[in-house]
Amino acid sequence: MSAPRPASPESIRAAASEPLRRFLQVARGAGLRVSAAEGIDAARALDLVGFSDRTILKDTLGLVLAKTADEKLLYDETFELYFQRDEFSGANDPETKPGPEARDLRQWTRDISHGMGGSGGQSLSELLESDDRAVLAMAMEIAAHASGIEKIRYLTQKNRYALQILEHMGLRELEQQMAALRRTGTPDAAARVQLLEERVERLWDTVRDFVERSLLLYARGETEQFRERLLKSARLANLDRHHLERMRVLVRQMAKRLAIRYSRKRRRYQRGQLDVRRTLRRNMGWGGIPFITTWKQQRIEKARVMVLCDVSGSVAWVSQFLLMFLYALTEVLSDIRSFAYAGSLMEVSDILENHSIDEAISRVMAAIGFGSSNYGNALADFEQGWMKHVTHKTTVIILGDARGNGTDPRTDIVGRLAKRAKRIIWLNPELRSAWGTGDSDIYRYAPYCSLVRVCSTLSDLERVFADLLEEAA
Amino acid sequence: MDNSEQDNLQRLIGSIDEVDAGLGAAGYIASRQISTAIYIAHHLRKPILVEGPAGVGKTELAKSVAAWLALPLIRLQCYEGLDESKALYEWKYGKQLLYTQILRDKVGTLIGDADDLGTALTRLHAFGDVFFSKSFLEPRPLLRALEQPRGAVLLIDEIDKSDQEFEAFLLELLSDYQVTIPEIGSITAAVPPIVVLTSNSTRDLGDALKRRCLHLHIGFPDEQLEARIIASRVPGIDARLLVQLVAFVQQLRGLDLKKLPSVSEAIDWARVMVLMHTSVLAEDMVRDSLNVLLKFESDIEAAAKRVADFTAKARQAVAVNR
Repeated sequence: MSAPRPASPESIRAAASEPLRRFLQVARGAGLRVSAAEGIDAARALDLVGFSDRTILKDTLGLVLAKTADEKLLYDETFELYFQRDEFSGANDPETKPGPEARDLRQWTRDISHGMGGSGGQSLSELLESDDRAVLAMAMEIAAHASGIEKIRYLTQKNRYALQILEHMGLRELEQQMAALRRTGTPDAAARVQLLEERVERLWDTVRDFVERSLLLYARGETEQFRERLLKSARLANLDRHHLERMRVLVRQMAKRLAIRYSRKRRRYQRGQLDVRRTLRRNMGWGGIPFITTWKQQRIEKARVMVLCDVSGSVAWVSQFLLMFLYALTEVLSDIRSFAYAGSLMEVSDILENHSIDEAISRVMAAIGFGSSNYGNALADFEQGWMKHVTHKTTVIILGDARGNGTDPRTDIVGRLAKRAKRIIWLNPELRSAWGTGDSDIYRYAPYCSLVRVCSTLSDLERVFADLLEEAA
Repeated sequence: MDNSEQDNLQRLIGSIDEVDAGLGAAGYIASRQISTAIYIAHHLRKPILVEGPAGVGKTELAKSVAAWLALPLIRLQCYEGLDESKALYEWKYGKQLLYTQILRDKVGTLIGDADDLGTALTRLHAFGDVFFSKSFLEPRPLLRALEQPRGAVLLIDEIDKSDQEFEAFLLELLSDYQVTIPEIGSITAAVPPIVVLTSNSTRDLGDALKRRCLHLHIGFPDEQLEARIIASRVPGIDARLLVQLVAFVQQLRGLDLKKLPSVSEAIDWARVMVLMHTSVLAEDMVRDSLNVLLKFESDIEAAAKRVADFTAKARQAVAVNR
């Protein structure tokens, strides 16, 4: 489209509003957050560019509706799905150009939806024989909306909806006609039946495809929300590997939310303490007479964190998520130093900083993971190498089940650590009922920690970090 | 509102193709998406938020729009601690002070014959807030952009570096093209400026801001677009070298590097090549000038291993394109 469209604005608006409204509904369903104001912007933008050029249409809606990299991806997918209507080749977007034949078709579909297939306009058999794909596509869409395809939510509903759509298109009557034809038995009729059978078969496939796409379109947002809720409260140790990708996204989202909430305040005014230098400077304009006073400010320090992660078999999964969470929070934390331990302990900050988080974690695991843990050894390693870096500003987070397989727990080291550090937080992925049973030393460590928490789900993790940041602010 | 100026802009930005051509004439080779964004932004009167990796031409876009439309470009560079006295306006304290000193006698004679304090005050009130009027206002970039009689291109660069408070402060400007100065009132733009905000995504911008803007993501260009961009910026370049060079850079972007070479680096590299009078991509030459493309030692090391391979492939690219 190059020049402003000659048609009157009203007619354009009328053509644009319905498909756009439905697309917005679909986009929201897919998880795009489209506000009402953005919907209006989209309509105004469409008035400008029209529907005629698909790439421009896509770019335009993308500018208005999708506002982050993730949303752009989602938008691209949704757009392709929604505007992909070429299953009947030759049907170039029937909705935007309702020509005269389309109106006939409306009449026709109204007839069949009232169960009068064949008596009014064309019957399904005639449609199939004429093989007019544009009209067929149109009929399918109308039948789909008559059967309420927007409400499809589950995979198992696929066949039911497909059948309903076909019935709305007049499948029953068609079957009766075909049965009648078969009874006549003439070679001509037999040929017609065969042709119809082939075409119905193809129609079935098309309708099934259509329903499948609709399922993707309408149900994705909701199923994803449901799954996210489930994943947040599921025990990390029980999660399947194929959820990993989704969990990563979730962790990033949660971390981002926390980061935004706590990155706001960097300074705090200390009321009552005059900042003489800045006050004088600000009031130069009045000859140094202090009309406006400036108070001293205190910079809010980012929390310094040292984190010790158990990467032995039993807890490795949770450690992975803890690290992921921690590194997604670099905006609000400073000086994160991370250590991994099982039988012994090593610093893994470098690995985590220089590689993408996924690769880094697999490297860490490969270097030290999946052995059996020896807390005494690991703590001794830490004291020897890094205790001197712990200051009164450091928060030490230890993640582990405190099961040292009967080895010396070296609680004395934790005691010394507690004296140096601001505080120690111990996160235990085990349920509380299992604490203290068997070789669990958690109750021997607990007295030295300022906080001991169960940490087995993503929600637990989020809560721990929210508390941590709250206290730092 | 100045209607003729508005019409003039309206005519210049008549269609997406015209935007394309106009930006092209200003030396900016825009993808279709970028032209569409400018076109829609102007007609919907919405700011554009441009995101993308460093060096793909986000800032350049605003400059080129200004050059094409012959509008003044007003630039506001954001940083942590930027506040409204640096972005919007400041009172000219010195002038205020000086004037009060000079006018002291005048004020004295004016209220000299007043019988009591009440009358004196009433007389003073009659002069209004002389010292807090527009002539004592030092306009900063945002206010200047609103005051341009012919409209302007306002570039708010690296908005993600500013504080959240400043972002909130921008909302009024971005949605209504007006600002409020407590002592004076609201000032509305004569001709709404074309506003371009850029961000490198060092932090997430607020939803409120995003809702008010169109969102344009500029990624790395494809081979053909990049070749056109470099050709327009480095006019003297040999056609064969250009294709090879672009093919090489594109391959480099496939590597896992700390900072991928951007369009601006590719242009610099092309300039280096032209300065050295090269016409064919040679392996040792590439190795020596890799530091123009890559800015981290570790990246250069990682890329150096693949130079031979990439150069060979880049040379073949010519054969394919011909």
